[in-house]
Amino acid sequence: MDLEFIIKEIGMYDDQEIQIMEVCGTHTSSIFKNGIRSMLSPKIKLISGPGCPVCVTPAAYIDQAIAWSLKPDTVLLTFGDMMKVPGTEKSLSEAKAEGAKVEIMYSPQEAVKKAAADPQTTFVIACVGFETTIPSYALVLEHMTQRGVSNIKLLTALRRVMPALDFICSTDNAIAAFIAPGHVSTILGSNIYSTLAERYAKPFAVAGFEGEHILIAIYDLLQQMKNNKAQVHNLYPSAVKPEGNQAALKYIDDYFESGPAFWRGIGVIADSGYYLRPKYQQYDAGSFDLTGDANQKPTACRCGEVILGKINPDECPMFAKACTPAKAQGPCMVSSEGTCGIWYRFSKK
Amino acid sequence: MKIVMAHGSGGNATRELIKDIFQKYLANDYLDKMEDAAALPVAHYPLAMTTDSFVVTPLEFPGGDIGKLAVCGTVNDLWMSGAEPQYLTAGFILEEGLDIDLLDRIVGSLSKTAREAGIKIVAGDTKVVQGNGGLYINTAGLGYRKTGRFFGSENIRQGDIVIINGNLGNHHACILSQRMEINNSIHSDCADLGPMVRGLIDNGIAIRVMRDITRGGLGTVLNEIAESGSHGIEIEETQIPVDPEVKSFCDILGLDPLYMANEGKFLCIIAPEHADMALDILHQHPLGVHAQIIGKVADNAKPLVTIKTRLGGKRIIDVLYGEGLPRIC
Repeated sequence: MDLEFIIKEIGMYDDQEIQIMEVCGTHTSSIFKNGIRSMLSPKIKLISGPGCPVCVTPAAYIDQAIAWSLKPDTVLLTFGDMMKVPGTEKSLSEAKAEGAKVEIMYSPQEAVKKAAADPQTTFVIACVGFETTIPSYALVLEHMTQRGVSNIKLLTALRRVMPALDFICSTDNAIAAFIAPGHVSTILGSNIYSTLAERYAKPFAVAGFEGEHILIAIYDLLQQMKNNKAQVHNLYPSAVKPEGNQAALKYIDDYFESGPAFWRGIGVIADSGYYLRPKYQQYDAGSFDLTGDANQKPTACRCGEVILGKINPDECPMFAKACTPAKAQGPCMVSSEGTCGIWYRFSKK
Repeated sequence: MKIVMAHGSGGNATRELIKDIFQKYLANDYLDKMEDAAALPVAHYPLAMTTDSFVVTPLEFPGGDIGKLAVCGTVNDLWMSGAEPQYLTAGFILEEGLDIDLLDRIVGSLSKTAREAGIKIVAGDTKVVQGNGGLYINTAGLGYRKTGRFFGSENIRQGDIVIINGNLGNHHACILSQRMEINNSIHSDCADLGPMVRGLIDNGIAIRVMRDITRGGLGTVLNEIAESGSHGIEIEETQIPVDPEVKSFCDILGLDPLYMANEGKFLCIIAPEHADMALDILHQHPLGVHAQIIGKVADNAKPLVTIKTRLGGKRIIDVLYGEGLPRIC
């Protein structure tokens, strides 16, 4: 379909106001980079969902990661974007400045090399992510067991997207349609959204990550809604198969099992976490204890409502005042893919 | 052979290290006097002075090393203010365990780069600290402002043209590739920008401001200029040159070339009537073949940097927050 026509259509849309949620942080990032919000009719509102793993990681997780990094002969390995996520008292970045042993990794496989070279040190990997990244942690387990490396532990905050989507659909909100999480769809496939589309009568479009892909998905969802349809359209068939990536799914299943998990700002969602299977629990770093944020100090942060599309970031009393990218109070301000961080950059005056 | 703490003692080991490596490469009339300070002739021009510290790892990378980087980074800072580099100091902080052959190569590279850039190394220092084989270099650079002008952001005005000399992100992508042990053919763009800048100055291009696009990338540099110059800047995504391999690398890791560090790229904001001539000059130099006009100084007084995206959208370009690190997914 002609892109110019699509751009014109979504720019001039003048029917009832609608909210579309893009669940995936990478979609949010692409929407931001391509200036797509500036191309939409004011009657189309894009809501960034809970698909940024950094944003939904509980403060208790950060606390536990810091506790590990302070133990003797222990090093915590993490991806860079976890460094500034606030814990109850401090972030990993602040802890590191005070002497905690925190190292930024670029790939979980680095842990196996480091652990093999330094058997006296315990390496704790901060494992955060959705179905897309979980196979890489499964690979760490496979490689370490194959090589006889035992001085690695996994502190997991791994999340399943489908229970969260079900939760969002089942709560009272105005989200009318979904751009399905693209990275996760390459693993889970497109068929998996059919049940939700039917049950909640909301259309889904699986989209790639280029700006064009997202524009086409928005147009597709508008058309579905106009025609009272609630189907799953796979607009990214080159990467997303209806049945997903079976090999990756088996990998996940070999090493992990599901259980309840705490989503920062949202609460516990049943069956929405992945945990090491009992066979591998000697490598777990206390991931099961992170089902709540009991120690979290009361705060005015409303990231949870932002993630669910209930409020805009600028409706939070802390937004751009006490909470900025330089001193984030809530997780949505931390990540480059977090809704508040993106809004902050957009609304800079 | 490795560096040990004795190499920093000031005694015999220090003298031997200086003789075997530093004097071998850096000998000149100023340094050979081995005085506590270099006696420099009276300058007939206004001066510009800068300092920088270099802490890159790995110490050697495709396209350069920390020695070449230290010289290029310092001379580029001088050129950006319109000053022709003259004198350089180099302080080396060596961690014990540093491979002496590696140090030899780095000092050799630093010396060669300085010679090619026409800057004299007039003072140096060496210290050894406990550590794990690392190496850091601190420099100071002094230059002559032969035009008498100082290029500054306050000079920019509505309608001025923004030009960059080539593809963004190569240095940052190269360093990350090396750290992540990813095999690709990305080379650092580490280079002396002097010949291109001299070409612009000598041909009378009306330069308002120049900045080398190092840490924080183009996005951060443009914001700094916009704020200091109290003008908005509008750029066009389709005009920003990025090497296809660097673009793929960034796409995979979730990095944005707009915020990637470079070591051989600069932007200059010039009078619009000189745009074609400036491009011609840059295109004649091997490091300027991809030079592009990427935007202009806007007509609004708000110091916002905006980008018109490839699809026709518009967004604000903010400064880089935190480190430019790969995201999780």
